[in-house]
Amino acid sequence: MGVTRTPTNITQGSQTKGGIGESTLRPDGTLKVTGEFAYSSDLWHEDMLWGFTLRSPHPHARIKSIDTSEALAQAGVYAVLTHDDLPTEHTKYGLEYTDTPVLADGVVRHHGEPVALVAADHPETARRAAAKIKVDYEPLPVVHDEASALADDAPILHPGRDDHHAGQVPHPNIVHRQPIIRGNAEEAAQRADVIVSGEYEVGMQDQAFLGPESGLAVPGEDGGVDLYVATQWLHSDLRQIAPVLGLPEEKVRMTLSGVGGAFGGREDLSMQIHACLLALRTGKPVKIVYNRFESFFGHVHRHPAKLWYEHGATKDGKITHMKCRIVLDGGAYASASPAVVGNASSLSVGPYVIDDVEIEAVALYTNNPPCGAMRGFGAVQACFAYESQMDKLAEKLGMDPVEFRQKNAMSQGTIMPTGQVVDSPAPVAELLRRVKAMPLPPEKQWEAAGDAADVRALPGGLSNTTHGEGVVRGIGYAVGIKNVGFSEGFDDYSTARVQLQVINGEPVATVHTAMAEVGQGGVTVHAQIARTELGVTQVVIHPADTQVGSAGSTSASRQTYMTGGAVKNTCEAVREKVLEIGRRKFGTYHPAWATAELLLESGKVVTDGGEPLADLVDVLEGETVDIELEWRHRPTEAFDLVTGQGFGHVQYSFAAHRAVVEVDTELGLVKVIELACAQDVGKALNPLSVKGQIQGGTTQGLGLAVMEEIIVSKDSKVRNPSFTDYLIPTILDTPTIPVDVLELADEHAPYGLRGIGEAPTLSSTPAVVSAIRAATGLALNRVPVRPEHITGT
Amino acid sequence: MRLTFNVNGRQQEADDVWEGESLLYVLRERLGLPGSKNACEQGECGSCTVRLDGVPVCSCLVAAGQAQDRDIVTVEGLADQAKKRAAAGCAGGACGTTLDEAKQWESKPADGQSGEASTSPLTLSPIQQAFIDAGAVQCGFCTPGLLVAADELLERNDSPSDADIREALSGNLCRCTGYEKILDAVRLAAARAGAETAGTGA
Ligand code: FES
Ligand code: FES
Repeated sequence: MGVTRTPTNITQGSQTKGGIGESTLRPDGTLKVTGEFAYSSDLWHEDMLWGFTLRSPHPHARIKSIDTSEALAQAGVYAVLTHDDLPTEHTKYGLEYTDTPVLADGVVRHHGEPVALVAADHPETARRAAAKIKVDYEPLPVVHDEASALADDAPILHPGRDDHHAGQVPHPNIVHRQPIIRGNAEEAAQRADVIVSGEYEVGMQDQAFLGPESGLAVPGEDGGVDLYVATQWLHSDLRQIAPVLGLPEEKVRMTLSGVGGAFGGREDLSMQIHACLLALRTGKPVKIVYNRFESFFGHVHRHPAKLWYEHGATKDGKITHMKCRIVLDGGAYASASPAVVGNASSLSVGPYVIDDVEIEAVALYTNNPPCGAMRGFGAVQACFAYESQMDKLAEKLGMDPVEFRQKNAMSQGTIMPTGQVVDSPAPVAELLRRVKAMPLPPEKQWEAAGDAADVRALPGGLSNTTHGEGVVRGIGYAVGIKNVGFSEGFDDYSTARVQLQVINGEPVATVHTAMAEVGQGGVTVHAQIARTELGVTQVVIHPADTQVGSAGSTSASRQTYMTGGAVKNTCEAVREKVLEIGRRKFGTYHPAWATAELLLESGKVVTDGGEPLADLVDVLEGETVDIELEWRHRPTEAFDLVTGQGFGHVQYSFAAHRAVVEVDTELGLVKVIELACAQDVGKALNPLSVKGQIQGGTTQGLGLAVMEEIIVSKDSKVRNPSFTDYLIPTILDTPTIPVDVLELADEHAPYGLRGIGEAPTLSSTPAVVSAIRAATGLALNRVPVRPEHITGT
Repeated sequence: MRLTFNVNGRQQEADDVWEGESLLYVLRERLGLPGSKNACEQGECGSCTVRLDGVPVCSCLVAAGQAQDRDIVTVEGLADQAKKRAAAGCAGGACGTTLDEAKQWESKPADGQSGEASTSPLTLSPIQQAFIDAGAVQCGFCTPGLLVAADELLERNDSPSDADIREALSGNLCRCTGYEKILDAVRLAAARAGAETAGTGA
């Protein structure tokens, strides 16, 4: 190879149109607005059957017998499957622990657990046949909280655990426990002039993605199966599906269908194995689509949590110490609980400098619905508690809550409670400054407007419950910290394949990854990166499937960093190759081929001085460059299981919010008037998409603050599995969301970017609650805040 | 039963329809029009919104039989519908919001279209184009229902206030965007229609 290496910095391709930093439009946008984009629930196949899942009405019961004969005898029914019909001895799956039965094996552990499957020629036939399956249950005592999980006579939900944490947990009903000890909190507490403590509670939130769990399994002639499905991580699904089917992974060919949102709720399997089992049994394509009722049982939720916190501070406003204990309800199966515990504990201090801490986080096994990944997991629950504590401390010290936070804000160089030094920008105080500096919305607009006042802008809205009397404004602030990417020593990598060739006289790049596009805009960004790195205009995004290496999950705010990084890395290798070809073909025509730094810009090979040397089309004439490479972020370490010390996270992400609310104090109705956000994104690869992510995340945090909760009764049954009773913000509930984007590069990350998807979901919730407290003077230690919490009725 | 109705200007028939099937099911599974979405099938999300004799309805709540002999417009028919309106002298907004008022829209025109979209040289209706340009589409599952609802709003109100837009779209859930860019898209479509009308002196 020649002496010159192509520069890998940001200047490459910066002249090429449609590259990074521009708000280019979604490549799938046209199909999505015409209704042609094929979501997983839209798939159709000649001769296709419909699958349906029979689920347990009990949260905990022994199955004494199952009689499927009547169901099987129904006209139009092709198959009925129970646990006994599973083809191999691998009858369980799971993200971290293999503890979840594909179909209940003699016992059900939560309301809605899959018990049997039906395939029929019409969805209603399948549903009615399932109702004819006779299951004889013997209800068992229910574990529903920490006390009942750890009681002396508590039923052990997973006897004989063999997962990698089984040996260390203090009780078999504890999924995982992570303590973190740093400094000496007892001693530091002696220096405190004020001490505040609190007990906080976060309700069970649902991802409520709009596209229901769905997919189509088509049996193959080779005995394998083709599965078209909406998921967050194709290869993780594959690893869990293939053993249950008794097939080698090559015979389970997965293709990503259109995904209607995810937010963590598609990290675990739902209908994947079920559809494959039915397809292999019947020899026909099988489609399964959950309706909304079933969807509430078909995926994990955000862990509800109880959090105990104590902080101390000196008179001049420096925090002395923090102690906390966080109990997360993991429900019946482990799902992502161990990672949620890791996040909750390691981020429990928040974005503050506190040297002396004592932290403990645990997740429980209970008979409640399984909980796992949802946007910001672990960090969302902690943020509500520590930000509530910050307000309490500031109040007790008589300080301004923003100033108090700024005084204790972390920055680059701060040591985390895990001992990890934060080695990239952490502009916490600056984000608070920015969000506070934004202009406030006008007060009492209903008075100023007089007769023209619009009730739609008041609490209660069109219900016309007030014309301003009893309405009080409140303002609240919050800031949070989230990790980016997979942590705790996980080998986190992504794969990208990039092809460059001449098609119809133009250089065209094809980018092939297994990244799940769930709406976040990864496909847009991949095209931008390819344009920037290869100097081409035309980029084709290949559909995501398992014919290329793993891209990891579309979660943990990691895809732009990881698969974006992988695309960049492969493009760099492609560029090297192109220049090598160029030197071979044209090197003798111009000395710069050997001496200059060469770039690919706007379809040409140019010197770094801008002198064109050759057209890409001529260089690529008769050649195709095709490279697939894996790319990793720098390694992390597991947290020590006793002290919690370790370089556990690869990157941190920060956002701050200011909430302005108006509360009808008589009726307890809250109207959020504005929810402003300032966030550091490192580098905005696509500013329009970045804002969309921040606004969407902010709105989900608003939902948790005042609306969203899956109600689980004391006997562990789900009470509100519908959009009638589980409310997510509508356009009337959602305020304007001004966004201030800061771009301080992280030198460890591709282009300096920072994962952004989750941080805005953290601080939104406590900011809204803080504003409601300011308006009402109430303590409000639980989210979501309901009208009765405000009126005290 | 056999059903006959008009969908997007075309006479359609569906055979063997079971009486319990919704209009949404018949459109998606029997007529090959899966553009209308099925996010809840409980009448709560608006993703299945279509126009039935001009009126926006949740098609998951309409028994298929009720659609007999009636006119239905789905997201698949929006572009045609817009063309017809333009031919009839109504560009979906005779006057309206100025471009300045729509300034929250920030996307710059860039080629941006590649891959899948380049194979689909469709003419889009103004509201469809505005949704793309304003960044109102993320996962896109809410988009078809929102487009039908927003198109109907702009047909009867060419310069809606923000409160009008919020009211008209309050039955359509979106989980991804936080609605800001959806507001931008409707403002943008109204502003563009206004600018066009002003430009042609209409
Ligand atoms: S699918 Fe019809 S309203 Fe939700
Ligand atoms: S864009 Fe995903 S629900 Fe609206």
